[in-house]
Amino acid sequence: MSEIRDSRKIGTDSSGNEQDKAQAKASAMATGLRLSSELVAGVLVGAALGWGFDRLLSTSPWGLIVFLLLGFTAGVMNVMRTAGVMAKQSERL
Amino acid sequence: MAADPIHQFEITKLFTIGHIGGQEIAFTNSSAYMFLSVAVISLLMLGTGRRLVPGRLQSVAELSYEFVASTIRSTAGSEGMKFFPLVFSLFMFICISNVIGIIPYTFTVSSHLIVTAALALLVFFIVLIYGFYKNGLKFFKLFVPSGVPIYILPLVVLIEVISFFLKPVSHSVRLFANMLAGHIALKVFASFVGMLGAIGFIGWIGAILPLGLTVALTALEILVAFLQAYVFTILTCIYLNDAIHPGH
Repeated sequence: MSEIRDSRKIGTDSSGNEQDKAQAKASAMATGLRLSSELVAGVLVGAALGWGFDRLLSTSPWGLIVFLLLGFTAGVMNVMRTAGVMAKQSERL
Repeated sequence: MAADPIHQFEITKLFTIGHIGGQEIAFTNSSAYMFLSVAVISLLMLGTGRRLVPGRLQSVAELSYEFVASTIRSTAGSEGMKFFPLVFSLFMFICISNVIGIIPYTFTVSSHLIVTAALALLVFFIVLIYGFYKNGLKFFKLFVPSGVPIYILPLVVLIEVISFFLKPVSHSVRLFANMLAGHIALKVFASFVGMLGAIGFIGWIGAILPLGLTVALTALEILVAFLQAYVFTILTCIYLNDAIHPGH
């Protein structure tokens, strides 16, 4: 939560000159572009992992089902981290 | 004009450099455009003069330095500036090669997943190695959230590990997919103009709409070319920041 508040503060503070505004706009678009691809990457990697698991151990279709769901979960977590709703992994160090 | 929208991404061999283990190492059109991008960047950064009152091109060179430097300072702090050469090279290479790719009949280097994957893996391994160097084995705490009951901890750790290894995937797929999709859309709309124009006078009137869309899409592609380079750069900075300042 504190991260959201911080980013809001940054958003209101940068009402200075034109270049700051342009950079804030670009980084807002950058965040928007990131959100969708994080989720897609999660599902794709989950599917690929599951497919490879099944091929190696011939456990079809269970590997695909399990890893697709795990990949989806990881993707949703990354989306939440990008949006600043959830603590980042690096905060645990 | 080739109507096939995928044709523009074809890799063609220009000449053979040599053989390594029975595998042909060829100099392709992709390599040629990579060299072209590097040449353009070198010209821009080295050949535009060092006058006190900068000319137009010198201003562009100075602005690109200021832009990348302020991006690094705002996301990774001033300690991140030791990675400035890496981040600046990545930004300039992606930005210039994307902009070159918009020119008709050229090849877009970053429209191939292997190129973007190589760039993203470079960043990923630098962050990984630097993270281990800075934190030692404590780096593995990345995957273990605190306060999770022991019976679901294996599952949570598995999800955390997958989510960590997603970073280079989303990092590379984003750039690749945006460039690929943008260029295919551009080509499809442009080929509508040719097809409708072949019908006759009514076709000429009908071709106004796709022609206008092609112009608009080209403008959008210029924005996307720059923005994707920026997204790649800012993500590099965020990942570097995670390694430089753990716990923030």
